[in-house]
Amino acid sequence: MSIAIFGYRRPLPHTQPPYLHPSYLSSLKRAPSQSLIAIPPTLSEVSGPRFSQKDLANGENDLTRQHHGEPLGERIIVSGRVVDEDGKPIRGVLIEIWQANAAGRYAHSVDQHNAPLDPNFSGFGRAVSDDEGRYTFITVKPGAYPWANHYNAWRPAHIHFSLCGPAFATRLVTQMYFPGDPLLQSDPIFNSIADETARNKLVSTFDWTLTTPSYALGYRFDIVLRGREQTPMES
Amino acid sequence: MPLTVTPSQTVGPFFSIGLHPVELALDPGGEQLAIQGRVLDGDHNPVGDALIETWQAGPDGQYSQNSSRGWSRLATDDSGSFRFSTFKPGRVRAGNQLYAPHIVVAVFARGLLRHLVTRIYFPDEPSNADDPILNLVPEPRRATLIARAVAPRLFQWNIVLQGREETVFFEC
Ligand SMILES: [Fe+2]
Repeated sequence: MSIAIFGYRRPLPHTQPPYLHPSYLSSLKRAPSQSLIAIPPTLSEVSGPRFSQKDLANGENDLTRQHHGEPLGERIIVSGRVVDEDGKPIRGVLIEIWQANAAGRYAHSVDQHNAPLDPNFSGFGRAVSDDEGRYTFITVKPGAYPWANHYNAWRPAHIHFSLCGPAFATRLVTQMYFPGDPLLQSDPIFNSIADETARNKLVSTFDWTLTTPSYALGYRFDIVLRGREQTPMES
Repeated sequence: MPLTVTPSQTVGPFFSIGLHPVELALDPGGEQLAIQGRVLDGDHNPVGDALIETWQAGPDGQYSQNSSRGWSRLATDDSGSFRFSTFKPGRVRAGNQLYAPHIVVAVFARGLLRHLVTRIYFPDEPSNADDPILNLVPEPRRATLIARAVAPRLFQWNIVLQGREETVFFEC
């Protein structure tokens, strides 16, 4: 007897970053030097931890209400849908975000950037996608921050996103950027994705329908996770 | 026309703000053990800001279908060291295919634009010889996937990101 295992599709060339990207200096000693070994899908990769709204406390998606006061900065709503490569919504995706405050400083001991910490901002939140794959965060727009990669290097404003999708094989950690940011052009992390169309998927879009009068600007960020193969691997 | 998968980006140095440790829910039916190791870069310097996620079957070889049982998450310390408590998973079966006990592992770090995927197998496990995935790995490199027993119920398993002793990483 054999069993059909539907694996997840491999990315199209240049739509994902390489491990070694020399202009990103941290990759030089951390990228594998030997080629990865391609394996057929097994139950171990097509299964994975599952999450639901019940795993979250109320308000975990609102980064502006974790302290007594409101954080400084431009309040924003970040919302979108998680779908697969066929556009089908994926529900139950655990989405975890973390970010710098409006001044470009992380609430992290390793971050020594001389910009103020905000006692009213921790910079993390969680959400689980609903039946339509939708999620929403309320936060403040993160500031750009300097880093040591090259002379006068500044990271464009970004929010880190982690997604635990339906399977170990669909795990994704990425960063969301903001439209029109002049720092994108010189950022080696953003530009590690050779395919321009794929790269620009990381740039959110300003959205009037999410923008709420007298409250917050809205940015839309849709996320696509790997889709399933149409034909099974005999295993 | 299929959609393009959202590209990966590094977790960066500050992931611990948002990605908190998760301890594995221990299964009383399983053989309790601990796995410790270090994450090292191409110069064998410790990677003090790596994040490791593990996923494994229960002692019966079944993966959890609707909970996060079997999943854990931990970070390395300044010396690149990590340690987690777990139990030996059972042999996973799919049809007539039977796999050796193993834990799948995802490694994230500053400098890794995409995470890496590898596996932990156990020493003194005769089924390793027939494991379909281990058998895809060139023999000289297989040892990088097999934890070393260092004390009763304590195993050592290092992750070397780059170089001659590089851990085997999978494309899956
Ligand atoms: Fe960052």
